[in-house]
Amino acid sequence: MQRLVFSFIAGGLFGAGLFLSGMTDTTKVQGWLDVFGNWDPTLAFVMGGAILPMAAAWTFTRGRKPLVGGDFPTPPEPRLGRNLVVGSLMFGIGWGLVGLCPGPAIASLSYGGWPHWVFLSAMLAGFAFAPKIRSQLDTALPAE
Amino acid sequence: MLNAIPTDWLWGLGGGLLIGLGGAVFLLGNGRVMGASGIIGGLVDGTGWGSWAERAVFLLGVVLLPIVLTPAVGPVATHATENVVLLVAAGLLVGIGTRLANGCTSGHGVCGISRLSIRGIVATVFYIMAGGLTVLIFRQILGII
Repeated sequence: MQRLVFSFIAGGLFGAGLFLSGMTDTTKVQGWLDVFGNWDPTLAFVMGGAILPMAAAWTFTRGRKPLVGGDFPTPPEPRLGRNLVVGSLMFGIGWGLVGLCPGPAIASLSYGGWPHWVFLSAMLAGFAFAPKIRSQLDTALPAE
Repeated sequence: MLNAIPTDWLWGLGGGLLIGLGGAVFLLGNGRVMGASGIIGGLVDGTGWGSWAERAVFLLGVVLLPIVLTPAVGPVATHATENVVLLVAAGLLVGIGTRLANGCTSGHGVCGISRLSIRGIVATVFYIMAGGLTVLIFRQILGII
């Protein structure tokens, strides 16, 4: 139960932050990426604002346990695999085309109108295809 | 002095702080990294079904708070394109890409950079570069978006 309460609070803060920061406005996101046009630096303020409490939280995890028990996530191996690069490039292209990423796509569902439902449906389909594409990529072009 | 700073930037900073606080609650409370693509993606491909309730409740919070806040701060226009081909292509690329890379703006960007994760920093550099090039080509050169 405690776990669900923390999840709801975290999701609520995340949704409120995405809503208030303007990051569900696709023109602001595309404006951030539009370095050679009418550049909009708002996203950097959002990122900076989000990284501050998060960095404090990571520091606070040292020598402690999560409130619900268990362990904190261990740092991933610092390996820069092909999937990280290829995946991030694909994500960036999609992000630039429409100006939506997974968090804001969910946060804006109640007010974004039908284009957001189309984007979300395609994104969910992408999530469903991803494991198959990953295994095909690994077979065709082994990472090592 | 605050008058010299565009209001949008202050809203961005304030909203960003809330996003980071959300990540801090998820981490310190549940011991989990707050990544939107991982939370949703795990529900779609089955890898997260063991913690489905935690994920569902998180997503409920994400959808609900904007509804609760709208009467207070007014509606937000998202200005999303109505070009269905673009929406579908972008959705597929975002869905496949974030799962291949194991993270998106929240997981790699916010949670990764804040712990100085090399993977998070590299992913963020690549998706911002790809996004910037995409906007350059499709907006400044082709004029499609």
